[in-house]
Amino acid sequence: MNVLAYLIPISLILGGLGLAGFIYTLRSRQYEDPEGDSRRILSSDWDDKPKSD
Amino acid sequence: MTTLSTNSPASCPGCIATPAERIEVPLPDAQLALSLPTIHCQACIAKVETSLGAHPGVRAARVNLTRKRVMIDAAPEVSAQELADLVIDAGFEAHELDIGALNQTETDAAGRDILMRLAVAGFAAMNVMLLSVAVWSGATDATRDMFHWISAAITLPALAFSAQPFFRNAWAALRAGRLNMDVPITLAIVLAVVTSLWETGLSGKHAYFDAALTLTFFLLAGRWLDARARSAARSAAEELTALEVPRAWRVTDGAPTEVAVSTLRIGEHVLVKPGARAPVDGVITEGASEVDRSALTGETMPVTRTKGHSISAGEVNLTGPLTLQATAVGTDTSLHQLAALVAVAESGRSRYTSLADRAAKLYAPGVHILSALAFLGWLLWSGDMRVSLNIAAAVLIITCPCALGLAVPAVTTAASGRLFGKGLLIKNATALERLAEVDTVVFDKTGTVTMGTPRVTNWGDLTKGEQKLAYALAQGSAHPLAQAITACGRADSLEPHALLNLQERPGYGTEAELDGVAVRLGRPEWIGARFDHDGLCTVLDSGQGPARLIAFEDTPRPGASDLIAALKQENVDVVLLSGDREAPVARTAAQLGIYTYAAQKLPAEKVAYVQSLTGQGRCVLMVGDGLNDTGALAAAHVSISPAQALDAARAASDIVLLGRDLEPIADALATARKATKRIRENFQIATVYNVIAVPLAVAGMATPLIAALAMSTSSLTVSLNALRIRGRS
Repeated sequence: MNVLAYLIPISLILGGLGLAGFIYTLRSRQYEDPEGDSRRILSSDWDDKPKSD
Repeated sequence: MTTLSTNSPASCPGCIATPAERIEVPLPDAQLALSLPTIHCQACIAKVETSLGAHPGVRAARVNLTRKRVMIDAAPEVSAQELADLVIDAGFEAHELDIGALNQTETDAAGRDILMRLAVAGFAAMNVMLLSVAVWSGATDATRDMFHWISAAITLPALAFSAQPFFRNAWAALRAGRLNMDVPITLAIVLAVVTSLWETGLSGKHAYFDAALTLTFFLLAGRWLDARARSAARSAAEELTALEVPRAWRVTDGAPTEVAVSTLRIGEHVLVKPGARAPVDGVITEGASEVDRSALTGETMPVTRTKGHSISAGEVNLTGPLTLQATAVGTDTSLHQLAALVAVAESGRSRYTSLADRAAKLYAPGVHILSALAFLGWLLWSGDMRVSLNIAAAVLIITCPCALGLAVPAVTTAASGRLFGKGLLIKNATALERLAEVDTVVFDKTGTVTMGTPRVTNWGDLTKGEQKLAYALAQGSAHPLAQAITACGRADSLEPHALLNLQERPGYGTEAELDGVAVRLGRPEWIGARFDHDGLCTVLDSGQGPARLIAFEDTPRPGASDLIAALKQENVDVVLLSGDREAPVARTAAQLGIYTYAAQKLPAEKVAYVQSLTGQGRCVLMVGDGLNDTGALAAAHVSISPAQALDAARAASDIVLLGRDLEPIADALATARKATKRIRENFQIATVYNVIAVPLAVAGMATPLIAALAMSTSSLTVSLNALRIRGRS
């Protein structure tokens, strides 16, 4: 049962990473324009780097 | 990633709104916004952005495809019209938006805030649930205690953050001496956590950490659905407002300059071009014209106004340019004084208690009494404080209105989504519930059941030559009656007579020469002809023979008669209430099959009429578009206004009807009734679960596992039941 000492923190950290990722997407306003963003990847205008604005 | 928009789409409220922290607002300098209703793909995005980027004054432009608009950061000297023209040249429809009216950050912040709390509650609930499953499967002794302590360590901070809205609402309600749904929720959460901590400290068997978190998660999901549905409707309504950019022409030293309406001051001279709405109250100093006052009075007959006459803000100038000297601006105008009427009328409506609140009123005391009785009963019987408190907590958790919290928002979200697809914006949270109770519908006439655009009724009576002459003369004016004649001529593909010296006499009509004879089209008094006609009319003087009368009537809005027939079938009383004169009102009523009508009603009389119906115990649905209806719209049980209505009318109503057709209103009534039925069903389902689970809890047989099962299944059943509204038409 000693394995729990590793498993529980690992599962918490992984879950926490997911939460932090979600919070990051929320904060950086990635849900502003879901339709436009899904279309923008089809445009080859800014293939090398994201459009700077 | 940065975007230009300061709003986030309703479907995905983005970004956290912890108020203390500054939210990064990308492109805070966006000063211009254009609405692009026709864009639909990545090529459109690129085309719009490159065409705008090519303009030297534009620093940045970003299209939001979800909202179909572009936000532009440009130099101050760049005008929105200039940029709109650029986009139009690129092949897209573009309209200027008033960026001040797109002030949506408040609703969005609320949505984001809830989503954030939802994510935290979801994360914590999943982890605690994993640990709980281990306990339920038989973990014992030190392992169980450790799992409980870890659960506690996750639960306490997670709840402290994510359950805050419930704590705050409950506190506010208790302080005001009321009970709402949040009181039993808060009590259940707090009691569950406290007893679980106590149990854990004593190495007990049962802890309810998972229940407290799942409860919070489901309830937040309900709140979020609610916020999302409302913000979708609100943003669409705001877009309508933003499309009307308030601009005016100020005349200084004889030269007009375009300025924002808010900068106008009393005593300044303002030019009102034909077709424009007067921005201020004022006295005419120059020019003569006909003025359409229908937005203020409902009267369809235009009135002549010349130098010295006064004009109220909101009246539409029809023919000649007018220069006004402003006598009242901004909130002092007669237009804004109608807002006072709205405030008075609205106080009556705020008395409505939603179904959820009514359920909470029955439910909250019941639950508390039950839980307290269980506690006292067990305390007397066993004398064990710990067991009794555990039982009381189990009763509170099992009965906690998890399904009840979802019952209403799940249904209203599904129903508003369905109605949005049919062109109805539900602006108010309880509008659907109120709509379901309607038994009387009051319609305004001008602009609501009629389009407000006249149509020639006796075109066929004119000879071919007269038709051609009228068509030719009508082309000299932008007056609605002249345009109706032009439309007739174009429909018959007539060849207009070639006229000499065609010119418009503002306020009177148009005149010209045909083969050396003076011909005229205009007001009967001006032509000098007398006709026994009480409706809208104009007179054609062909220079030979008697003058001819051309009569007009207001065209009914499409779907109006179908809607009224459908309403009558549902046994709903229909009333026509108008500020127009008796004769045209009676005619329209007869045309549409409405038996009850009232004419020449002033705005205050309309309010009184609606209030007297309410006094008779009726639930009135008011459908209106004019400024003269705003009071009545606010006084009615529930109200609808078409998208073409003035901003003030739209603001006063609960539901906005997009599109020209009135027919969806019948559908809205049906959907609202169905939605209310589903809400009641949901309450019943939630009650059935309680009836099964509560005896177990009171008997002390409820384990955390049973609580978790009862909570999840009831929430799922309720949500699925709500979704049924979307499916069937």
